[in-house]
Amino acid sequence: MKIVVALVLLVIGSLVFHWLSPWWMTPLASNWSAIDTTIDITLYITGIVFVAVNLFMAWAIFRYRYDPSRRSHYEPENKKLETWLTVITSIGVAAMLAPGLVVWADFVNVPEDADEMEVIGAQWAWSYRLPGDDGVLGEVDSTFVGPLNPFGMSPNDPAGNDDILISSNEVHLLIDRPIKFLLRSKDVLHNFAVPQFRVKMDLVPGMVTYAWATPTVKGKYDLLCMELCGIAHYTMRGYVVVDEQEDYDSWLAEQQTWSEIQSIPPGDAIAGKASYATCAACHGQEGQGLVAFNSPGLAILPSWYIKRQIEHFKYGIRGANEGDTFGQQMVPMANMLADANAIRNITAYIATLVPEKPVDTIEGDPHKGAAYYNTCGACHGAKAQGNYALQAPPLAGQDDWYLKRQLQNFRLGLRGAHKGDTYGHQMVLMARSLQNEQSINDLLAYLNTL
Amino acid sequence: MNVLRMLRDKPWLPATEAATVAQYGGPDPVAAMRIMLRFILAIVGVIFFLFLITFLARSQYPDFQALAGAPWQPFTDPSRLWFNTALLACASLTIQMGLGGTRNGKLNVTIAGISAAVFFTVLFLIAQFDLWLHLQSMGFYMNGNPANSYFYLLTAVHGLHLIGGLLVLSNVVFRVWYDNDAASLTAPLKLCTTYWHFLLGVWLVLFAILTARPETINALAAMCGF
Amino acid sequence: MQNVAIADQIDELHDPQTFITKYIWSQDHKVIAIQYGLTAVFVGLIALALSGLMRLQLGFPDTFDFINPSDYLQFVTMHGMIMVIYLLTALLLGGFGNYLIPLMIGARDMVFPFLNMLSYWFYLVSVIVLLASFFVPGGPTGAGWTLYPPQAILPGTPGYDWGIILMLVSLAIFIVAFTMGGLNYVTTVLQARTHGMTLMRMPLTIWGIFTATVLGLLAFPALLVSAIMMMLDKTLGTSFFMPALVSLGENLDYSGGSPILFQHLFWFFGHPEVYIVALPAFGMVSDVLATHARKNIFGYRMMVWAIVIIGGLSFFVWAHHMYVSGMDPAFGFFFATTTLIIAVPTAIKVYNWVLTLWKGNIQLTVPMLFAIGFIFTFTHGGLTGLFLGNVTIDLPLSDTYFVVAHFHMVMGVSPIMVLFAAIYHWYPLLTGKMFDERLGKIHFWFTFLGTYAIYLPMHYLGFLGVPRRYFAMGSMDFIPESAQTLNQSITISALIVGFSQLIFLYNVFVSLRNGKPAGHNPWGATSLEWQTPDVPPHHGNWGPKLPQVYRWAYDYGVPGAKEDFIPQNRPVTDSEQTAGERDA
Repeated sequence: MKIVVALVLLVIGSLVFHWLSPWWMTPLASNWSAIDTTIDITLYITGIVFVAVNLFMAWAIFRYRYDPSRRSHYEPENKKLETWLTVITSIGVAAMLAPGLVVWADFVNVPEDADEMEVIGAQWAWSYRLPGDDGVLGEVDSTFVGPLNPFGMSPNDPAGNDDILISSNEVHLLIDRPIKFLLRSKDVLHNFAVPQFRVKMDLVPGMVTYAWATPTVKGKYDLLCMELCGIAHYTMRGYVVVDEQEDYDSWLAEQQTWSEIQSIPPGDAIAGKASYATCAACHGQEGQGLVAFNSPGLAILPSWYIKRQIEHFKYGIRGANEGDTFGQQMVPMANMLADANAIRNITAYIATLVPEKPVDTIEGDPHKGAAYYNTCGACHGAKAQGNYALQAPPLAGQDDWYLKRQLQNFRLGLRGAHKGDTYGHQMVLMARSLQNEQSINDLLAYLNTL
Repeated sequence: MNVLRMLRDKPWLPATEAATVAQYGGPDPVAAMRIMLRFILAIVGVIFFLFLITFLARSQYPDFQALAGAPWQPFTDPSRLWFNTALLACASLTIQMGLGGTRNGKLNVTIAGISAAVFFTVLFLIAQFDLWLHLQSMGFYMNGNPANSYFYLLTAVHGLHLIGGLLVLSNVVFRVWYDNDAASLTAPLKLCTTYWHFLLGVWLVLFAILTARPETINALAAMCGF
Repeated sequence: MQNVAIADQIDELHDPQTFITKYIWSQDHKVIAIQYGLTAVFVGLIALALSGLMRLQLGFPDTFDFINPSDYLQFVTMHGMIMVIYLLTALLLGGFGNYLIPLMIGARDMVFPFLNMLSYWFYLVSVIVLLASFFVPGGPTGAGWTLYPPQAILPGTPGYDWGIILMLVSLAIFIVAFTMGGLNYVTTVLQARTHGMTLMRMPLTIWGIFTATVLGLLAFPALLVSAIMMMLDKTLGTSFFMPALVSLGENLDYSGGSPILFQHLFWFFGHPEVYIVALPAFGMVSDVLATHARKNIFGYRMMVWAIVIIGGLSFFVWAHHMYVSGMDPAFGFFFATTTLIIAVPTAIKVYNWVLTLWKGNIQLTVPMLFAIGFIFTFTHGGLTGLFLGNVTIDLPLSDTYFVVAHFHMVMGVSPIMVLFAAIYHWYPLLTGKMFDERLGKIHFWFTFLGTYAIYLPMHYLGFLGVPRRYFAMGSMDFIPESAQTLNQSITISALIVGFSQLIFLYNVFVSLRNGKPAGHNPWGATSLEWQTPDVPPHHGNWGPKLPQVYRWAYDYGVPGAKEDFIPQNRPVTDSEQTAGERDA
């Protein structure tokens, strides 16, 4: 009879768990309250069936427990009962289905006045494109994608010139305006999901899919990739910020159009050489890095990476944490570079420096390290040569003591914890799979062999 | 209707033994082979059906270029395919003659029929392979275009099924030689014959769809809702 | 008719002589069944271990340095694939199908014993190829069990090279193996039934296995077709499923293909696959319930119809796995409707199981406990399916832990409940020994309560919006810290359940030696497999003469009968005859 007690307790327990559970849908921030209502309807109907069937079963087991002197009731079928049960079940099913279909019709038909925005997924970062003043998104094609044209903008379509390209993982939306997300993937399947909006949809390479919502509550919401897209799937995060008109406008003003991006001049290495004098004190004349000053080699680093890091130091995204002593030292240095032009110049100069192979300072088991590197190689390349498309810097040829400190900083959240640091945040999640110093040493020992 | 009536049986009501035997009289080995063949045909049918459905769906993407239509396309003039089709049709015909031989007890007709069927089937396979080489020499490679890919893929799958059929048939031929009795062959040879006819039918469908002109393909795709 | 073993005379079968022909290259369906069963359980244990590793990572992230993100995805993929295909499909159809079909319909063996043997060896090869992928460069594929292109064959996904190729090859071999076995099962059911065994007198187990096999024969080709096409995309550079894309910064040569096409093919197989697993389980649990409740299955005809209807409908619901895949959303209306319609026959089955208990005479044996556990977990899993099948609700819940919890409840826990019920139920027939009842009950309580403790809370992680297939959650604003506590408790329950399966293994192997002799028909069952002249049944099953069947398989508690059950092969008495004619 334990089973009867167990069944009853499980039913009661499930109900209690449900009522007491602090784990429930995150508060809604869009127009899709109808989805929540549909869930409630289904929950009540299925809940009643769950309780009724199982309690009835428990009762039957108790009432008709074994008695050798008794025979069971012989009744092959009972048409009337079965018909009734079929009818009632069908009604219940229809009651759940009908609201579902009605709401789905709303989802399929996007309001005509909805704004449009393109969301682009690529392994493992989000970017966005707004149609600009003309309200038309320019043509794109994956054949045009390259280092200077990550969005694959077609050079033949003038409508693309005023498109606003947002290479950040954060995008802003206007409150109370319906918005249609046009979803496009550059490589594999991804899924655009903002739990507070309730809707989600896959991004499929080779086609454009869509979802729509009207944000109704101001705030900053997580954007997640919810379709397995490879090793770093779980680090593919973004943010959607819902703004009032004023805040939205000021954000929009900071963004660059495609033609603005194209007109950025290349850096001037000669001008950059002058500013580099300050850097040379710690990082060395040849950008080779100096272990005594805890300064990593710069010559090995590509311009786009140095640019991003200098900006991060400048805007408090990196080096703001007190635990990151050496990062903090970089902040005033970075502030000496007045504007984007100065940063471009200095990176242009560093690009002319010839890197030299640093001295190995760390011992470990490169064989084990190779196994850890499997994961890292997806972004940083099989030879740790780095990959611009994934914004992953080269690791081979970098000072191992520096990499070690950065891995530890990532692990502890001293670097990469800031929400503006897309790739740093990925490294926080990644570095946590290295559990101790030994595994970091092994990994670096392997990198030293490359 | 029979199945529906069967499903309405009330098995708990006792039936007389005579009624039971009338409904079902015990195992039947010949029928078993036939049943298995039917299932095999169904499975093979499903495989080709699914391939063709995906072909139609895939044909609606812009990079698809049908293999017939324009003068430079290989199957605008399908005479080579008609020749191959004739070979396979001959195989079907001769195997049917061989089957007729077993029914009349004429062993030599049976042997001649089966041999000719094998001959024509092998010839068909060689001709198909030669067609591949021809396509390659014209620059229509497997990965050049989805239409090419499907052509190679489906002719290969069809060919593999024929080779499978030949293996089974060789087992049958072995038994002609072993038993020296044409009559015992009737049942298995009939199954082989059915299989050959079926594969001829599959080939005709493949022929019709894979080498159709773009208008036809688009019309078919539209009918399927792509 | 060479190789056809359905003649009545036993001497037409070649009795195996040596150890090798008897136990290794055996054509006896019972031996093949055990070979299938042991192999399936072996890979199943590997998959169980993989799930343990996954749970360790999820419950205690940042703790174990032997699980990194690529490993995790590989564990996820292999766990799913092994459990669905190589354990459940193989064990339910290859194992139980092989063992029970000939015995329950009164045949001496499968119709094509040689093909049957071949089926097992192909299955074994497919398992070996699958496991080989653990030892190749890059390891097994980590694309998820759905193997979606483009990621499955592109760098950035673990095992995109060797791993995925071996997986596709293994699946192709498995499909060949299944087809050989499946042809045998359907032909045997249709043509090798003994005298008097009409289709409607077959036990529901056979109906379930038969329908599932038909589904498998027609659905696996879709997987084969998609595997072949993906293999060509991978190796020869065709573009069936591969659009033009930029993989990790590199422009590839593919163009124009459609990833969604693959998903359609995959789920055209994948959804019937759910019922390939579920229908045999439905059938077996019906027989276990009837036997141990000492009552005829309630609404036998309705149960048969429901099996057939569910089987048929299962080919029209596949795209409910793809509501948010980017396919034309208008399909959602159709597939939501068909999906919810399929709930009706399924619900009727649940009612009939419960009504079988009603007014029964219930013996709470170990198989019965597992059968009750099945009803409970299946009801739960079926009802949560109504959430996901309803296209609107799928929007927030798809790709979250709600999905994981739902399909584990309905496709993991409940079929496994039936598998245990079935193993305990037929163990006396299989071995001639009784298992240890007390250990069986302990095993039941751990498994039943433990799995519920795993999967009930997991639904709530899903409501919360926690995404599946994430190596670690990291910090997300909408997920409270307490979710991690929930994850820990799930992991602990999972580990307990996992280790408690050792009790089962111990019981099975120790009872083999120490169990009490079971004797003939220890449960007092009516169906034919319990009426063999020898226990366990010998080669050829029935001694010199095939049994004659006179009645259906559910004559329990017949009024006026001497015992509370009447075996199928007992002739109808005159009084029954007159009573029956009066009723009719």
